[in-house]
Amino acid sequence: MSELLKRFKGITEDPALSFTQKARYLSLEAENSLPYPELDEETAKALEERVICDMYEGHAPFKPRYVMPDYSVVLEKGSTFLELEPATTLDEAINSLMIAYHHVPSVTNMPVFIGRLDNLLLPYCDEVSDEDLYKKLKLFWRYLDRVLPDAFMHANVGPTDNRVARTIMRIDAELKQIAPNLTFVWDPDISSDAIFSQACESIIECSKPHIANNPLHQPLFDDYGYGVASCYNVLPLCGGASTLTRINLREVARRSKDTADFFENVLPKYIDLNFRLTETRIDHLFNKSGFFESFLVKEGWISRDRFTAMYGIFAMAQCVDELQAKEGRAGKYGHDETANQLGHRISKVLYEAVETRPMEHCWRGKAMLHSQAGLSDDDGCTPGVRIPYGSEPDPVTHVQALAEHHAFYPSGVSEILTLDETIENNPVALEQLVKGAFQLGFREFSANVSNNDLVRITGYMVRLSDIAKFKECGGSRINTTVLGAEAAETGKILERTPRVMSHELAPRYSQ
Amino acid sequence: MNLPLATVSKVLKFSCVDGPGNRLVLFLQGCNFACPTCHNPHTMKLCNDCGDCVPECPTGALTIVQGKVVHDASICDQCDKCLDVCPINANPKVTQYSVDDVLVLLYQNKPFLNGITISGGEATTQLKFIIALFTAIKTDEKLKDLTCFIDSNGYLPEPAWKTILPVTDGVMLDIKAFNNTLHRLLTTRSNERVLATAKLLFDSGKLHELRYLLIPGRTDSDEEIEDLANFVRALDTDTPLRLNTFQHHGVKGEALNWPTMKEPDVERIAEELRSAGLTNVVVPAVYI
Ligand code: SF4
Ligand code: SF4
Repeated sequence: MSELLKRFKGITEDPALSFTQKARYLSLEAENSLPYPELDEETAKALEERVICDMYEGHAPFKPRYVMPDYSVVLEKGSTFLELEPATTLDEAINSLMIAYHHVPSVTNMPVFIGRLDNLLLPYCDEVSDEDLYKKLKLFWRYLDRVLPDAFMHANVGPTDNRVARTIMRIDAELKQIAPNLTFVWDPDISSDAIFSQACESIIECSKPHIANNPLHQPLFDDYGYGVASCYNVLPLCGGASTLTRINLREVARRSKDTADFFENVLPKYIDLNFRLTETRIDHLFNKSGFFESFLVKEGWISRDRFTAMYGIFAMAQCVDELQAKEGRAGKYGHDETANQLGHRISKVLYEAVETRPMEHCWRGKAMLHSQAGLSDDDGCTPGVRIPYGSEPDPVTHVQALAEHHAFYPSGVSEILTLDETIENNPVALEQLVKGAFQLGFREFSANVSNNDLVRITGYMVRLSDIAKFKECGGSRINTTVLGAEAAETGKILERTPRVMSHELAPRYSQ
Repeated sequence: MNLPLATVSKVLKFSCVDGPGNRLVLFLQGCNFACPTCHNPHTMKLCNDCGDCVPECPTGALTIVQGKVVHDASICDQCDKCLDVCPINANPKVTQYSVDDVLVLLYQNKPFLNGITISGGEATTQLKFIIALFTAIKTDEKLKDLTCFIDSNGYLPEPAWKTILPVTDGVMLDIKAFNNTLHRLLTTRSNERVLATAKLLFDSGKLHELRYLLIPGRTDSDEEIEDLANFVRALDTDTPLRLNTFQHHGVKGEALNWPTMKEPDVERIAEELRSAGLTNVVVPAVYI
């Protein structure tokens, strides 16, 4: 039997995987047995050495990584392809969404974005009592978790204070499910204090929602707006991101003689190579895969010219510490002013490089820089610009150390603050922390409260009790549990605090 | 003018357990009680420069300069060996803060803060500093919306309270015991002033929270709990009452032989207090 067939066999016989998980891994293996889109030698070498990384998205990109449909299209106009009439009642609207989600691809084959739900559903709620709204949305929420069990699946609500947003946050806090993940879009000029408080109380309950700072995001997008998907990817609505590639900054620092060499030679080189990798993948998607012939484009759920490319970075902490050591300085990233400023300088250089490089087939002709959360096997590298697990300073110092980075990452910063459970008796403290963070320039805010069973691993949720069960008896209904268990063990994540599971984090079968 | 300085053992920029919202907390060095149950015993006394801790420091952060023990924070690795050997429960790592120093800290962290809390040790042993600081905050355009709180054991006499209350928004007050013999055993002092302080703070609308430390076999007796219920009822049944629990964390000396307080007993006592009519009993979020 060839190696490949052995792998196929191994997957079909792995007792820890459900049959859907097996099917997914089999399809990934099949795709990855194809030759990689042709890369020049230098780029191929950098990829091989994992200085740059394609997130193991697969060898033949035939769908965008993140698809952010404008679901109002299917609700208002129906769908010829899916033989759906326009929705006229809340039941019909929810039903159409449930159908629609099954036809929205992503890197994991499950939808990563299920809509700005309050905008979508409010028009159908006039005749619906509060009690009915609660019952219907609760069933909807249960459906999402059980049928689309991917922790990267992401719903958005806000910034207005409305019945749907309130009811969804209430249900989410009650059910404490892994899926869907939830973002509350906050805007001090639009959101009421009451709904902001509700969001903070819900974080204390279940580490969700994530809060997005609308005044910082909105100006970067057009009137069509944006959505937050997966782990805090802020992307154009009615489009998405073709691909996500990333630079391992630690590896770049290791290949540099000193800080000057890093800035003058080595970083620019890998920035360029990562662009080439991105371009090759985009080319395949746009020019070979036929994806944009899909009914999603024809019916207007998405538009071919609204896809950006996410240009990710990670291991900023290790990169800065490495450069500090090369300069003979002891100060550590997150704790030392010089180290922190070096980090900010790196972010700025990256930002300028991404903003000035023209990119074909990209929304507005360029990629968007992203502070990337990580995979489950990142080998001691810290996600994005985060401070390493277990060594974070108090939450205020933490925010102060990182705030300056946020301006440089228009497609989002995956950041998580760990709060100890004494915050339970004092939600006002959490509110002030969020307000302080936003005032200092944080684009988004996520927190884990340390006694919550439901916790974030690298941006997606896991239940700690599921990880324990998974280790005991080897199996979980939810895909992200596999990743979470892996991330928890290799990423020291539980040292930082608890989290959940995701498909995106397990892009390969790893046995 | 002789501007007061504070002897500070620690500053926190984030605390959600020292009053409403997030607070900058200044822990002042020195206390007028000597509770065996203290979980920060090294905050009790002011250093007398005896020098005993200097040779114990593994990093050379402690030196004697002109008869004074000096601490170099930049090379201290926070091993706390100096605290362990100090014969009088003092701390060589304290810092002197002027009012302006604290104002600068507040400016830097303002977006994150709902207020400031002065804790200890016993905060009110450095009363002049607190009055000067709170007055400065209240008259500063950028800081005046911050609330000013004190965490106290209540031993400060009434006339002194009257000098600080006009610039104070709230006080968290510890009551250690109602039986005065027990109180003396637990603190070395009588409780009359503490109980008088509680009434004074309540009457002036500044009693933010009462705190009561449950110690098994000592302050959790039926009589004590009944006295506690009666005392709170006489103020207002809705007075926030936080039940703290005796734990070994940080404790030095004989109290390490005392049993720690367990969650089920705390819940039972909280229920008893609620059935006695108290409507605002808070139990710990965490048991360490
Ligand atoms: S904690 Fe005390 S003994 Fe330890 S290094 Fe610092 S000063 Fe020295
Ligand atoms: S801290 Fe204690 S041991 Fe050290 S000099 Fe002061 S009194 Fe002596």
